[in-house]
Amino acid sequence: MERLHKAISISFFFLLSLGMFASNPDSHNKESSSTETNELYNPVPDVMHHISDAHDWHFFTFKGTHFSIPLPVILLTDGNLDVFMSSAFHHGHETVTKGDRVYEIDEHGHISEASGKTILNFSITKNVASMLLAVTLLFFILRKVAKAYRKNNGVPRGIQAFIEPLVLFVKDDVAKPNIGHNYKKYLPYLLTLFFFILINNLLGLLPGAANVTGNIALTLVLSVFTLIITNFSGNKNYWGHIFNPLGSSMGWGAKVPLYLILLPIEIVGIFIKPIALMIRLFANMTAGHIVILSLLSLIFMAQSGLGTGGAFGVAPVSVAFVLFMYLIELLVAFLQAYIFTLLTSLFIGLAIVEDH
Amino acid sequence: MNPLDLVTPGIGLIFWTSVVFLLLVFILKKYAWKPILDAVEKRSDSIEKAINAADEAKASLDQLNIERDKIKKESLADRDTMLKEARDTKNQIISDAKAKAKQETDKILTDAREVIKNEKMAAITELKNQVAILSLEIAEKIVKDQLSSDDKQKALVDSMVKEVNLN
Repeated sequence: MERLHKAISISFFFLLSLGMFASNPDSHNKESSSTETNELYNPVPDVMHHISDAHDWHFFTFKGTHFSIPLPVILLTDGNLDVFMSSAFHHGHETVTKGDRVYEIDEHGHISEASGKTILNFSITKNVASMLLAVTLLFFILRKVAKAYRKNNGVPRGIQAFIEPLVLFVKDDVAKPNIGHNYKKYLPYLLTLFFFILINNLLGLLPGAANVTGNIALTLVLSVFTLIITNFSGNKNYWGHIFNPLGSSMGWGAKVPLYLILLPIEIVGIFIKPIALMIRLFANMTAGHIVILSLLSLIFMAQSGLGTGGAFGVAPVSVAFVLFMYLIELLVAFLQAYIFTLLTSLFIGLAIVEDH
Repeated sequence: MNPLDLVTPGIGLIFWTSVVFLLLVFILKKYAWKPILDAVEKRSDSIEKAINAADEAKASLDQLNIERDKIKKESLADRDTMLKEARDTKNQIISDAKAKAKQETDKILTDAREVIKNEKMAAITELKNQVAILSLEIAEKIVKDQLSSDDKQKALVDSMVKEVNLN
């Protein structure tokens, strides 16, 4: 069992590196063929491409053939719903015509309409597809865990023994101490939040996977949920702290001029907290991906600058660093899920705390 | 690509994340969190009960041990008392027996002395009678042989008898 685990983890990391390698040479070839000079390889476009959303799920390109899964494009233009597969664009070589609307896609995956109409893009992008995959996986894992309690007298086994400590951790060490005796009401949200971020973080580490939790749209949505829950839970005390922070410590004559400054700060504070949440998760995950991709790009920079020998020289160092970063990212995946959940429960706890 | 694109949230992902996440919260609440948390709570309750039961069992065991020790101590004390009583009884019996034996011996001795004394007295009396008879026979012989006058003979016999007083 021990040896099997070892073999799996070694092959896992090997695959990770392989996936990263595999996706890069294509861009490098593209880059050098387009410039036709011996310029140093510029990793920025590839890195940006990797951490951005896309309309197809691209794995790698081998000898000019793109290995990618086309995804549905759903566009709302002037009240017309246009649905087609991203493969219809043929990687940007063709336009798609639906009624009087002609859609084209640029090299960064931006879809625009030829006559400049405003498009609302509801496509199942790579991030959405990855997220759907993640929640499906999460649902089946948790369903299996939930059912497992009917067997073995509730003694945790297998995946159950991995999930249960996390659930209890969120329950007993995150929700309970920060929210107080009312914590049970918020547990489903907090647990879902934790596991949703965690599984998306972890899946994002797989080669060829999407950078879901490193997308600001997703972190924005999660922060908005936290904002809504926090403020809807807020009791008299919470709103009192915002609109009358000085309480009865001084008379209204003195408070009114002070409140001209204090009130805007307090109101901004309501929004600053979730904004910090949003940026923290987004920045941490994106930064991790950028660091790993940059370290791998060193190999291709060495190849373009020093030739194949240089690439072979740099590769072991680069891979070692990437491996190290992967371990850190594994930690960060758990850490960021924890911090988001912790701060959310802290905000809820502050909003429902009784006067003392 | 424009780096600002990174921090520009797309409407599509906002929409899908909201839908997916909200559905996920409600689905997991019903199908995962409730069964898991209920099972965990049930289990922790049963563990708590088991621990309490074990504590109670331990307490009653301790109580039993205390009682057992008490009974043991009492029975030891009982045994000691009984042994002491037995010893006392034994000593009593021995001393009684000794006293009785001494009494018996004394009585036997006293009786023996009495008997001896009586026998002695009887023997003495017998002896006296024998002596008297002997004396008479001697006197008769002397009288027959030596004395002529009866009065003289009688006076002589009396004085001789007095001289032969053995006591």
